[in-house]
Amino acid sequence: MNTSADQLKKIEAQEYDDLVNQTKPKPTVLKNCIWAFVIGGLICTLGQIILNFFMGQGLSKLDAGSATSVVMIFLAALFTGLGWYDVLGKHAGAGSIVPITGFANAIVASAMEYKREGFIFGVGARIFSVAGPTLVFGFAVSVVIGLIKVVFG
Amino acid sequence: MTNQKKQGSQTIVFENPPVLTSWATIVGPKEGEGPWRSDFDWVMEDYEFGEKSWEKAETKMLRETIKLAVSKKNYTPEDIELMVSGDLLNQITSSSFAARELQIPFLGMYGACSTMAESLLTAAMAIDGGYFERAVAAVSSHYYTAERQFRFPAEQGVQRSMSSQWTVTGAGAVVLEKGIYGGPRLTCATIGKIIDMGQKDANDMGSAMAPAAADTIKTHLNDTDRSPDYYDLIVTGDLGKVGSALVKQLFIKNGVVPEPNYSDCGVLIFNDNQDTHAGGSGCGCCAAMLCGPLLKKMVQGKIARLLLVATGALMSPTTSFQGESIPGIAHAVALENL
Repeated sequence: MNTSADQLKKIEAQEYDDLVNQTKPKPTVLKNCIWAFVIGGLICTLGQIILNFFMGQGLSKLDAGSATSVVMIFLAALFTGLGWYDVLGKHAGAGSIVPITGFANAIVASAMEYKREGFIFGVGARIFSVAGPTLVFGFAVSVVIGLIKVVFG
Repeated sequence: MTNQKKQGSQTIVFENPPVLTSWATIVGPKEGEGPWRSDFDWVMEDYEFGEKSWEKAETKMLRETIKLAVSKKNYTPEDIELMVSGDLLNQITSSSFAARELQIPFLGMYGACSTMAESLLTAAMAIDGGYFERAVAAVSSHYYTAERQFRFPAEQGVQRSMSSQWTVTGAGAVVLEKGIYGGPRLTCATIGKIIDMGQKDANDMGSAMAPAAADTIKTHLNDTDRSPDYYDLIVTGDLGKVGSALVKQLFIKNGVVPEPNYSDCGVLIFNDNQDTHAGGSGCGCCAAMLCGPLLKKMVQGKIARLLLVATGALMSPTTSFQGESIPGIAHAVALENL
């Protein structure tokens, strides 16, 4: 008795889910991809220009790469502070999240958001509330890759 | 002895229906850019409202809305015997902080976005029960306080899904009095059950709430033995574009079709070009629409009978992360020019 009632409920939920999926607006995948490609590409191009500039000034490729990261992170933080990066992110999606600038945006946005709860329990405790998972799993993967290199390298 | 004050399974009928004697609404800048600007009492110039944080701004917005509603009838907060109020924040702090300054005896409500109807019917029960003569029912919601609690930091560059709704920045307050005055009356109310159809997408609350709205409307009409065209307008709280499309399908399935008298505050409150995706949401959504254009139209006689069905999605970020589905609820209040 109970199981058939459960089953009925499940079928009803499934039917409703189908109805929802029919009704929901479809995500604009193609448009999002084009925006992500163009904006993501522009961010990377800017990075390349800065890299070339530093290399032209006589830095080694490794040092120029580090300097470029610093500049890109600074720019993203600045744009976040000025309230521009979220406008960019709204259109660009993955195009502005995936590059290093997206990471800077996540940290600065959190810092700005939680400043009102003070520097310890606000900024300090919650600055990585969005970027935290990237760090945790980034570190985990780097450890695994390191181990693989030690064993097989 | 049969219970005269309850009809059917879930509907309460007021013996001496309380009167809505005055009301007020304050909304945010984006809401002011929508189609109803002239119907709101006050449009905030920015989201801070002269305060240091968005939470403080929300408290101020709610407090000032209540003061405004009270002052329209030349009352002071001391004249009000009961304040029934709620909002979306953890521990409903906007309401209790507003009540701290107003010093009106206070009952806090939480029904997510259904709180306006919940507060109204609770205040009406207190008045019709004979305990109080004058009460205020109020709610508030604020886009940025809700965003930071339920979603992401404001400056985070994220893409919102097409079905997501925009939390309305707005507060609404209604003064209810014992039925000896003229004005729209709260004649009956249907307390909704939680309906959960297994929807889990927290970016699509319209879909989670639509079955609750359909259920409450159906129950209300059954309990009161009314047909949908008894009402000039049946309006849901904040189902948005997706939810209201779904609820129309559910109406057909239930055999009650209130169209063309049906609409949704979440769809009405913003213009299509305001880029909200699926419309408005939040306690303030139906509160602003009620205390703005809808009650105005009732006073003008353009709407004689209104059924407000405020809908709420009763999840928290924690339950969503734990994989729970979203419990939906809807409460209906019938407002009539008698």
